[in-house]
Amino acid sequence: MSVDLATVKRVAHLARIAVTDEDAARMEGELNVILGFVEQLSEVDVEGIEPMTSVTPMAMRKRTDAVTDGSKAEDIVANAPETTDNFFLVPKVVE
Amino acid sequence: MTDLTRLTIAQARDEMNKGTFSSLDLTDAYLAAIDAANPAINAYVKITPDKAREMAKASDTRRAGGTAGALEGIPLGIKDLYATQGVHTQACSHVLDGFEPRYESTVTANLWADGAVMLGKLNMDEFAMGSSNETSYYGPVINPWRAEGSNANLVPGGSSGGSAAAVAALLCAGATATDTGGSIRQPAAFTGTVGIKPTYGRCSRWGIAAFASSLDQAGPIARDVRDAAILLKSMASVDDKDTTSVDLPVPDYEAALGGSVKGLKIGIPREYRIEGMPAEIDALWQQGIAWLKDAGAEIVDIELPHTKYALPAYYIVAPAEASSNLARYDGVRYGLRVPGKDIAEMYEKTRAEGFGEEVKRRIMIGTYVLSAGYYDAYYLRAQKVRTLIKRDFELAFDAGVDAILTPATPSSAFAIGDVNLASDPVKMYLNDIFTVTVNMAGLPGIAVPAGLDPQGLPLGLQLIGRPFEEETLFKTAHVIEQAAGRFEPKKWW
Repeated sequence: MSVDLATVKRVAHLARIAVTDEDAARMEGELNVILGFVEQLSEVDVEGIEPMTSVTPMAMRKRTDAVTDGSKAEDIVANAPETTDNFFLVPKVVE
Repeated sequence: MTDLTRLTIAQARDEMNKGTFSSLDLTDAYLAAIDAANPAINAYVKITPDKAREMAKASDTRRAGGTAGALEGIPLGIKDLYATQGVHTQACSHVLDGFEPRYESTVTANLWADGAVMLGKLNMDEFAMGSSNETSYYGPVINPWRAEGSNANLVPGGSSGGSAAAVAALLCAGATATDTGGSIRQPAAFTGTVGIKPTYGRCSRWGIAAFASSLDQAGPIARDVRDAAILLKSMASVDDKDTTSVDLPVPDYEAALGGSVKGLKIGIPREYRIEGMPAEIDALWQQGIAWLKDAGAEIVDIELPHTKYALPAYYIVAPAEASSNLARYDGVRYGLRVPGKDIAEMYEKTRAEGFGEEVKRRIMIGTYVLSAGYYDAYYLRAQKVRTLIKRDFELAFDAGVDAILTPATPSSAFAIGDVNLASDPVKMYLNDIFTVTVNMAGLPGIAVPAGLDPQGLPLGLQLIGRPFEEETLFKTAHVIEQAAGRFEPKKWW
């Protein structure tokens, strides 16, 4: 399988990365080289093989369902580009 | 006391216990060495001298009070991927500009609890995506090693290039690193240092910027096998904040050193003899086999038939996980924000400017393989291949193999800005051909220096172990180290 220019632009939008026509054209070539490389997986017989979901064969530990942290609004917004009253500020989303 | 930076962690620990010098003396020696070397090597992206001296003084006070920890007063460098409270943490990306977390990663917290001192944050490939440290927003790291008779700059490998270069150039006593497809072992091999990627789950991933969550593991890069063992003992722990960390006791890895490898069954996988493998790599491998045989190990040929599919499967699984993990960098909660006419344009512009080309490539691949209609063909198939890769190893271990010996890398360090590599991303990916299988199967792997190539550049061997049997790796790597000796670059900086 390979991607064309329109697919590159669609994927870039899905990934929320702005691309110029020039970027997209360059990426088309690069992505197709990588997709060509991974194509060899199609020759592996995976009939009846379970996909790996966890590399370690153990049940996931579950912690106690208890509040152990919180009241850190100032810490949480401390690195934000724009805030007010411990809220994150973003451009208007709904008109 | 000008030579304090030459001491290994074990030596410095023993001398400080005797009172020969203080942690402050040792820390000052490293800070002076960093000031002198960093403009040339670019291993550190942030040096924290005030914090280092403060931590060293506190350490000296603890030692005087008789409460010295396992790493008391030892100055370390920390890969920029680890969250360090109030200190530059950017995964060497532009998108995290100015990020200073209000929390500490579990691994670094463990190190400080054992008395270690932080010298600063180390350079790396952006978000750990790279094999040459050239994708860093802070520019490439220069390998302290140069080919004989040459003054051309070489890469230190990646993504933990700053960690490996800082250890090799004596700019820290040891360093933290991370490994998703070879990012500890390949740079260790390129710089004549020792690097171990422990079993998945051995160290907590909490507070380490996520790249590919099912593959990422923390581990140390150190001057020798003993130091790597000492560091891993302190780094490893079970952690409520990472449910994939395992609740198994952390062994005293250092105690495993010096143990006999007599009767140990060492597997030699025929699939690792790749086409076009340089003669010096094959010779190094044969030398490693001979050393272990001399030490009484039993050498057996094994088969790992799905080896050739590990790298292509990795380049589906890792970008898929990365595209999801890196969705959080959108200019809202931290780091860079580039304004746009609406929120969608703000996201798109922020990510376009904030991420470098390699990171964008991987996000794009990951987004594509997870997108509707392609999931089964790519991601699901890659995860099935991963099951087969892991099964190959399990069959070998079930047949009684204790550890597997392979080369660590297909070549020695290459030039900065290699045109041949830059023209084709897949060529750069091939650097991880011997290491990536280990991440896919969640196994422990150690890279240990084993010789020099004809140009005088270091080469490493890799040992792969059973899950949570890092002690076998330390013991066996120590035997190789004893036979090969240690390798140090000639100082030119």
